[in-house]
Amino acid sequence: MLNYLWGFMILIGVAYAAYNGTLPEVTNAAISSSKEAVTLAIAMLGIMSFWTGIMKVAENSGITEAATRKLEPLLRFLFPGIPSGHEANHYIAVNVISNMLGLGWAATPAGLKAMQALSELAEEQGKPKGVASNEMCIFLILNISSLQLIPMNIVAYRSEYGSVTPSAVITLGLLATLASTAAAIVFCKLADRKGR
Amino acid sequence: MQIINFISNAIVPLLLFYIIGFGLLMKQNVYDDFLTGAKEGLRTVAGILPTLIGLMIAVGILRASGFLEFFSEKCMAWTSYLGIPPELMPLAVIKMFSSSAATGLLLDIYKEHGCDSFLGMAASVMLSSTETIFYTMSVYFLSVKIKKTRFTLAGALVATVAGIAASICLARMWAT
Repeated sequence: MLNYLWGFMILIGVAYAAYNGTLPEVTNAAISSSKEAVTLAIAMLGIMSFWTGIMKVAENSGITEAATRKLEPLLRFLFPGIPSGHEANHYIAVNVISNMLGLGWAATPAGLKAMQALSELAEEQGKPKGVASNEMCIFLILNISSLQLIPMNIVAYRSEYGSVTPSAVITLGLLATLASTAAAIVFCKLADRKGR
Repeated sequence: MQIINFISNAIVPLLLFYIIGFGLLMKQNVYDDFLTGAKEGLRTVAGILPTLIGLMIAVGILRASGFLEFFSEKCMAWTSYLGIPPELMPLAVIKMFSSSAATGLLLDIYKEHGCDSFLGMAASVMLSSTETIFYTMSVYFLSVKIKKTRFTLAGALVATVAGIAASICLARMWAT
């Protein structure tokens, strides 16, 4: 999917530039964009390291684990099909918390493990292979609805590009995330009931 | 809006105080832990640098060719009917496929309209409240060999549309 997206962006860009007479601009853009990517990565290095460092402190002092426990009731509400104490609960909790804190790289490994656990659960329950279980669908929809509480990366980009109020996005982003997640939960609850 | 800005400004320092304070209270080597985590952060950024370069070049080419303006103009008719500013349309579409490519477009909007404009804010909020649908679905489902994804795509689209609508409304309120 990404192969085609990336490939077609370049193909369409070059083809349209040839038609539009903007080929020299395209040459310049290719060179300046690569430079810009490196500049951006250098700016991100500092902020990202700062954030992962702080999260490591939170993890080692047990804050992450305590938060996992607090999520239990929520998980039971969202995933009534998962037996309490099943390992899928743990991975989902870690994934949700990492997502909330904007730690995509921590969220993805936990998310993949959660999918593995959910697929084993589906097999135990004798559900057909190759078909997503209700729990898998709900888990993915929740992930896609965005659970991020503090969009640190966006705050960083905003301050990099001269915003007067770079962190104003935090509160608005939180409200918008609540809206998308609420829509996702309502949808899942309806679909889950129907799918049973 | 001042209250919102205050909360936004205070949340990171307060979280910082809580995490470090709690870590010290639990007699953790907070500084060592921080350094370990920071090293992981360095590795992550180094890891995504090739992606960033590749996608920013692709977005740069697409932008310089003038195709994005052409695409937005084509979309204008029906997006303005829906109340979506045409400048945000490519962002909403690209974000479904790739987060980094969407970041490229976001920075583009910042450069052209400023990050504190209505468009800049709406784009910022949009990216914080939506996820890459097709990327997430393909990575997660492929990992457990699922072919029938049932109601996942419909639910994902519902959530994304709700996020986009909320972003535009909130940014409009913030900008006025």
